[in-house]
Amino acid sequence: MTVNWYLIVSAMIFTLGAAGVMIRRNPLVILLCLELMLNAGNLALIGFSRMWGDGAGEIFAIVVMVIAACEVAIGLGIIVALYRRRLPVDVDELKELHG
Amino acid sequence: MTFLFFFIFAGFALAGAAGVVVLRNPFYCVLSLVVHLISLALLFLLLEAQFVAVAQIVVYAGAVMVLYVFVVAYVGGGDKPDQLWSAGPRQKALAIGFASLIFIELAIAILGTALSALGTEGAKLSATYGTPAEIGELLLTDYLLAFELASMLLLIAAIGAVALAGRRGGIAEDEGNLSPRHGVVHTPSPAATGSMAEGVSGYGVTTPLPDPQFEGRELQQPARETAEDDR
Repeated sequence: MTVNWYLIVSAMIFTLGAAGVMIRRNPLVILLCLELMLNAGNLALIGFSRMWGDGAGEIFAIVVMVIAACEVAIGLGIIVALYRRRLPVDVDELKELHG
Repeated sequence: MTFLFFFIFAGFALAGAAGVVVLRNPFYCVLSLVVHLISLALLFLLLEAQFVAVAQIVVYAGAVMVLYVFVVAYVGGGDKPDQLWSAGPRQKALAIGFASLIFIELAIAILGTALSALGTEGAKLSATYGTPAEIGELLLTDYLLAFELASMLLLIAAIGAVALAGRRGGIAEDEGNLSPRHGVVHTPSPAATGSMAEGVSGYGVTTPLPDPQFEGRELQQPARETAEDDR
């Protein structure tokens, strides 16, 4: 399989993730769609790494995983805090930043 | 053979991704993402990145997804039935339009590139490519700074998560009401989305559903002692 194919799959996954972020209203699912986009980036990085035969792309992918883990921890923390304060878990109703 | 495996794994990865976007129940979204992550790890294996593939399964499909499942079980809030698209047809059309624009642009970039190496199977690999030995050496030599910064970032994220979700910091005044054991369950989340509260109290299964408003605020507060034994 040539690297092209992997990049196309990566572009498709990224597109799906982006569409999900724009369409869905539940912040949990929006976080999941963000994961999709990050993973599409990972797939492209690994594909390029394979193309050059160089390990740098894998390091980048691992760093992206770390950042995704941080994002999940903070995002889920915010959602749990929202739930505790009985705010609606729905991004359309959370349009005021104060409070 | 690689050809066949590639299409199988890519198909599962795309199906999982589509499932995350389309499915209504967040539990199923998480499970769909697990399928997606595992097939992505298999794609990484096809690209000979063994260490990253294993890390993907252990860290992502294992640890991170368990965290997600816990939070979905705790919060439960699915998109309310029939509200998946209720952002309005205009926003839906806009979102799909933007997404297709992104895809078209990426496809142009990939197919129209002058990088001729993209059309090959990749460079000849050294014997250590993708092994933990190579990754470890790179992390501790060329990318030491990134490695240290990543560890610092993880520490800060852990502290931030505790500060955000911890019981002492962001606790609401009337949080005692939230526990289903005290019988006052009026969570803002819609019913029948498989949350733990529903499982414990049978809420939404046999009883008629209250309006998904926030009536909990107006309800009578239970005595403070009942809230205390929850700690």
